[in-house]
This record gives sequence, structure tokens and C-alpha cells, in this order.
Amino acid sequence: MAKGVLVIFDQNNGEIRHVVLEMLTVARSLGDGPVTALTFGKDARNTLDKLAEYGAEQVLFWDGDAYARYSSDGFAAAIAEAVPELGPDVILFPATAWGKDLSARLAGVLKAGLATDCLHLEAGEGGRVKAVRPVYAGKALAEVTVNTPVQMFSLRPNVNAAVPAPATPEILSISPAVDSAAFQAVVVERNEAQGGVLELTEADIIVSGGRGIKAPENFKLLDDMAQALGAAVGSSRPVADEGWVPHSYHIGQTGKVVSPTVYFAVGISGAIQHLAGISGSKYIVAINSDPEAPIFKVANYGIVGDLFQVVPRLTEEIKTVKAQQ
Amino acid sequence: MKILVTVKQVPDTATKIQIRADGQGIQEDGIKWVINPYDEFAIEEALRIKEKQGGEVVIVALGPSRVEEAVRQSLAMGADRAVVISADASVDPAAAATALAAVCGEEGFDLILTGKQAVDDDSAQVGPMIAANLGLPQVTVVLKLEVDEAGHRLRAERELEGATEIVELPYPAVVTAQRGLNEPRYPTLPNIMKAKKKEVRRVSMDSLSLALEPRVTVNRLFAPPDRPEPTILSGEPEETAKELVRLLHSEAKVL
Repeated sequence: MAKGVLVIFDQNNGEIRHVVLEMLTVARSLGDGPVTALTFGKDARNTLDKLAEYGAEQVLFWDGDAYARYSSDGFAAAIAEAVPELGPDVILFPATAWGKDLSARLAGVLKAGLATDCLHLEAGEGGRVKAVRPVYAGKALAEVTVNTPVQMFSLRPNVNAAVPAPATPEILSISPAVDSAAFQAVVVERNEAQGGVLELTEADIIVSGGRGIKAPENFKLLDDMAQALGAAVGSSRPVADEGWVPHSYHIGQTGKVVSPTVYFAVGISGAIQHLAGISGSKYIVAINSDPEAPIFKVANYGIVGDLFQVVPRLTEEIKTVKAQQ
Repeated sequence: MKILVTVKQVPDTATKIQIRADGQGIQEDGIKWVINPYDEFAIEEALRIKEKQGGEVVIVALGPSRVEEAVRQSLAMGADRAVVISADASVDPAAAATALAAVCGEEGFDLILTGKQAVDDDSAQVGPMIAANLGLPQVTVVLKLEVDEAGHRLRAERELEGATEIVELPYPAVVTAQRGLNEPRYPTLPNIMKAKKKEVRRVSMDSLSLALEPRVTVNRLFAPPDRPEPTILSGEPEETAKELVRLLHSEAKVL
């Protein structure tokens, strides 16, 4: 079968993450073979319209009972069985918890090279894709190539544009014979975060608080500002370590690495490990009472002042601007 | 239970990373080397399981001679002994996983624990690749781990984007640790002294006779683009707030 790019991702109730559209856009730019999309589970077929809109030429929906519950070993074995028939030279995954789990497993099974969390991919010489990925949480960038016949990459969300290019996908019926009874690690339960919490790694705007916030109850100020902006709320490490916010808020080298359009650092001085985690932000806005704080060195805009004075006024101004739109 | 914890030594996260002029690596002088922070959660979890259920905790590390320090620290936390594979620091994740899997397989174990990723190359591959190599199930980015010894099964909570999920699996298995799993202990002085006498077995990479051609090649490292000169506002909160929103709206066009 023709070579091409196989794009593998998860779906939830027929909904796909924005990164899937970014992956399809990148996949189209990579080669001459077809772009094939593969997803799993009961509502897989409900993703067809979106996949068509973003240029998938072939789609595979593994929606049988065997794929109702995610299993890293089970799914990897099934994909590995289908790969020879599909014959992709490139396989893309989202660099999400799901994608990192499955891509590394599949790379192990296929004995293929995998570059994790790539920012950019481009077609290079001899059919080798040139990838750029952050190392040391973005303190440096690495240009890498994968040497194996199947080249695997996971793509960081929120970095590449998603550009529609309507296609009429052919629905392929390749379906490996799998016995889900042999799946070992199986998801038995999924718990969504409580109401309306925006995921930091996919957020367009983030409002983040540090020690300058002084007390956990003062995070209310940031919640209000985030709500006015439609933003996610994050934090620096010390604040999460103190237990003022859950660990899932922690942004930095040992927490979430984020790439929003705008990152508001409120009362965050800017430790090296925090700056690493936000270096992918397009605009950094710092609000801090200390004009010498390192955060101002990486900021596009800054306010030197008392956050307790500044933030409520910012929230009001933002509401005013939003109301005019 | 016999638990192996694979450990990597990495630059402390407070380290400023300087790229070598040839782009083929980072400048190592002046770097403070530490146990990969996520591996610390793995060590702590292994020790807690051992304290509850008995057994042995063995550190398996891979790297140049400097990893000895991280290994001794792991032993000072309470691990029983260690195996160190001497290797060049720049082996790719697949080669590291192949070598670690070979040594783990030879050691024998009930459980392999490691960090969800190392904070140097951020690949997040070695754990799952060890599992794939050994034909074992895996669960990654784990926030909570329950061991059912009678049923020989694990129940793990893992972190997703904006959600968590519960995974059940039999063991032997590979589990990778996320921040939040536990609070790693600090080594006590008596344990630091004891660690000096604990067994560290050295294995050379060559003696494993493995095919370890790199599957991923790093062509060059380079610095991220410089950030533009900042616009810093100071003065009356009312004024600065108003001006900032104006700049974000009209200049950056992001509001």
C-alpha cells in the first residue's frame, strides 16, 4: 500500500481535541502519501465530518467492543498488526497523556524511533522528517531525525495552526483480529475534573499566580480575571507545593509545560524552572511589585505594582473591552 | 515484593542550560546533578510499598560515572542496593530502554517503577519501552497506586488533561510516577552513612551485547528565540491596568 502519514488519536463522545486538527494540517504538509486518521471507541464515526474538513483522505474507525475501554498494551498490539498493511512512513500522535502513553508503547513494539512533544515537523531530505522539539522543558530546542523506516512523532498541542482543506475520506475496513480478553492494563473508570476547569496545556490564555498571592483564598482574584478572559488558571511550583491549589495547576519544568497565546504571571518572580515551562507562550504579561523580578526579563508587557490593586482593575477593564466586542 | 526503580541523573531544574558552541550538547561544567525529580516519586513509592508489604527495592541506573552520586542518594533514601549500567550520557531513549530492560529482566522483579519522564530530554519513552521490551503491561503518569498482593493486581489513578482515569492491570508491570503520587523523603544522616556500604553492581553496556543503534538522532541543539524588549508600566494601578488592556487589545490584538 501507498506510503503516507497515519494520524492516531483518541475521541471522547465523538469530540476530538483541537490538536487533532493541528496534526492533520501538519500531516498534509509532510509527504506525498495519503493522510489516514485512526481513532477508537463507540462514537468514533461521529468525528468523520471534522476529519473530512481538515483533509483526512482515509479514515479508520475501530469502534468495536474491544476498543470501548483504552488499553495501552491492547491498542498498541492492534495498531502494530495493522501497520504493515497500512504501510505509513510517518505516524503522528498528540503529545497528550493518552498520546504519550500509547506512542511510546507502540514505538517499543514496532522498534521504531519516536520524537516526543514536537513543535514543528517538516519534510526533509530522503523522506526523513525534520523535527524540532524542546528539551530541558524548553530551555533549549533540539532538531532531531528518526532513523527507522517508520518515523514516529508526537505533536505538542496549541503550537501549529489548524487549517481546513476539505476532503472526502475513504472509510477503510482494516481491522486487526484482537481479543480484548487478552488486554492487560485496562481503563475501568474516567473522572472529569469538576465543572468548567480549562486544561492548561490547551488553553489560549492562562492566568497564573505565585507566592505574591499571599494566601489561597486570594486565588479568587485570579479566578475572576480568568473568567472575564475565558482563561485557564495555573500557578507556580511553591504555591502548588504549599497546597494552595492542586498539583495539576503547577506550571514549570516539573509541572505543566504550556504554550498559550497570552500568559499572565501574577505575583510570580520567575524561577528558572518556571520560565522553562512558559517559554512557549506567545505573549507573557507580568504583574509584580518587585521591578527586579526575573519574570520582567521574559515578559512582553509588565506592570510594576501591587497585584491586589492592579488585578481587580484589570478584570474590570477586560470586562469593559469584552462588552464592546 | 521485589521492586526495581530505574533512575536517571539530570541537571537540577534551577540550572541555566548553556548549549555548547558545536550544538552537540550542553556545557556540563558547573551543573548540579540530581536524581530526576519524577524518579524520586518512584523511589518513594517503592519504599512505601516495601515498608507495608516487605521485599526489596533495587535501583537500576544508566549513565556515565557521575551517576554514582544519584545512586548513592537513592540508596540513602532507603533502597537496598543498586545496579549501574555504565553508558555514554547521550544514548537515545530506545537504547536506554533496551539496556535497562535487559538488566531488569536478568534481575527479576514484581514491579518496575520509574518517573513519567526525565526532565532533561523530556522524552517520556523509557518506561513504556521497557514494558514493551519485556512484554509487560504499563501504566503511566500515575497519581495513586494500590497494590493487591493477594490478587496480584494493581489499581492506578493516572492524570489526563482535565480528567483522571483508573487503570487496572496485573503485575509484573511498569508504572511511571507523576508529581502528586507522594512526598519523597529526605535521606537522614544515618541512612546516608549506611548507603555508603550498600552494594552497587556495575555492568558495562558492551557486556550486554545488545543492538543499540540510535533510532532518534539529535542533529543539533539551539537556543530558543530571544524574547522582545518588554514594555513595563508603573504608576497608579488604575492607569497601568487601563494601559495594559489597551496594549493587549490594540497593539498585541490578543483580547
